[in-house]
Amino acid sequence: MAALCVVELQKIRHDRTELYTRAIQPALWLLIFGETFSRIQAIPTGQVPYLDYLAPGILAQSALFIAIFYGIQIIWERDAGVLVTPTPRTALVTGKAFAAGVRALAQAVAILVLSILLGVTLTLNPLRWLGVVVIVMLGTAFFACLSMTIAGLAMSRDRLMGIGQAITMPLFFGSNALYPVALMPDWLRVVSHVNPLSYEVDALRHLLIGIPGNLPLDFAVLVLATAAGIITASSVLGRLVR
Amino acid sequence: MSSEKATAKPTSEYAVACRDLRHAFGGAVAVDGVDLAVAEGEIFGLLGPNGAGKTTTIRLITTLLPARPGMVEVFGLDAARHQMAVRRSIGYLPQQLSADAALTGRENVELFARLFDVPRSERRERVGEVLSAVGLENAAERRAQTYSGGMIRRLELAQALVSTPRLLILDEPTIGLDPVARDGVWERIQEVRRTTGMTVLVTTHHMDEADLHCNRIALMHRGRIRALGTPSELKSGLESGATLEEVFRAYTGDQLDEPADGFRDARRTRRTASRLG
Repeated sequence: MAALCVVELQKIRHDRTELYTRAIQPALWLLIFGETFSRIQAIPTGQVPYLDYLAPGILAQSALFIAIFYGIQIIWERDAGVLVTPTPRTALVTGKAFAAGVRALAQAVAILVLSILLGVTLTLNPLRWLGVVVIVMLGTAFFACLSMTIAGLAMSRDRLMGIGQAITMPLFFGSNALYPVALMPDWLRVVSHVNPLSYEVDALRHLLIGIPGNLPLDFAVLVLATAAGIITASSVLGRLVR
Repeated sequence: MSSEKATAKPTSEYAVACRDLRHAFGGAVAVDGVDLAVAEGEIFGLLGPNGAGKTTTIRLITTLLPARPGMVEVFGLDAARHQMAVRRSIGYLPQQLSADAALTGRENVELFARLFDVPRSERRERVGEVLSAVGLENAAERRAQTYSGGMIRRLELAQALVSTPRLLILDEPTIGLDPVARDGVWERIQEVRRTTGMTVLVTTHHMDEADLHCNRIALMHRGRIRALGTPSELKSGLESGATLEEVFRAYTGDQLDEPADGFRDARRTRRTASRLG
């Protein structure tokens, strides 16, 4: 399990291009969307500046984008010999899921540095930062499992790409990443409540900015979702080799 | 099931024993009743054209595809019942790319050492050993994307060897390689076998390779084994330099028509080949 996380770190060390190109999109969200909406004050976020409110949302979004296409690796590796090792499928899936988390953390550093440069006030409490690491790992692991499950069902890279594209935006807009749940129409509120991304954002917002949230609930939801994701993804993984 | 048991022989002397091995993908029968016994220490070649069922047979032996109990035994262990123990005894070189281009040669082999639970204290030494066994000790710190086709295949061989398997399974080890690189891969395989005495099960569609390197050969076509024997037994009565097609026709009288799954097959082999560019 840890082996796959180590591999991910080694890959990031060898080739940082992806790290930079992937930083462009969240930067645009913060710079253009964030700055504009701060100016027109369209979204009521109480005492908190909109950019501060947005930064944890964008952090969660970029982790989601990394995770949702992670299943592609599994499709590439379907016959790569890894599945013939005595390592159980659940351990492989768990390793892959948290490896995605490692990559998301590398990304998170870039986004948080940019946020600070834009004047977002982030917490200085090291315990809270530790919490951020845990939440980003869990959130990314869940969506990576979702991606691997889709990979196991879709069986081809093109189909996974299509499905991934189709669900990322609904997951993103159907969460509290950009705006408070209170602003949503009722049906969207329902979506947001079953969307693990909302719980990830809620926790990150609480930890980074200090906006009141329900941390134990967020944590519990993410742990359970990840566990369910690992079990589901492991059970469909065998389909890939057939 | 009971009739299978009645005909079952003690198989402990065999590295691999398949009895009435079958597998179908939907309606397409890929393996249609294969009986096979690979003795410990021999190099056994499974030969046949694309779509003959070689890879499916291998996937059943490696537990990648589920075999029914009684169909496959590896060193006397039933592959359906003792999946993990069987996997532990096998080193597998898949037809498809199994090295990660973004990692160095050493990192690739280390990953497999970890996945096979090679103890931490032995890991570094073991990884170094197999890298030099395949002649990559000087390229170990370079990323695999800078390797030539033959080097990648040898790296993958190192990955398969790092767990010190008793049985090495090679699926088209020389696919897409030029003659020099092919010889290079085979030299390493032969050397490893000489020093460790491990059993090797290899698929290929090059008759010349099988002739040169295998102790025994099974000719496979349309999911069945059509002939079995030493290379000289199979070729006796034929002109020397006979091609696989000629040997096939001699033994089966069968037409080597295109399999129905031609496109998928082509895509798979080309993908394997294109990585070498």
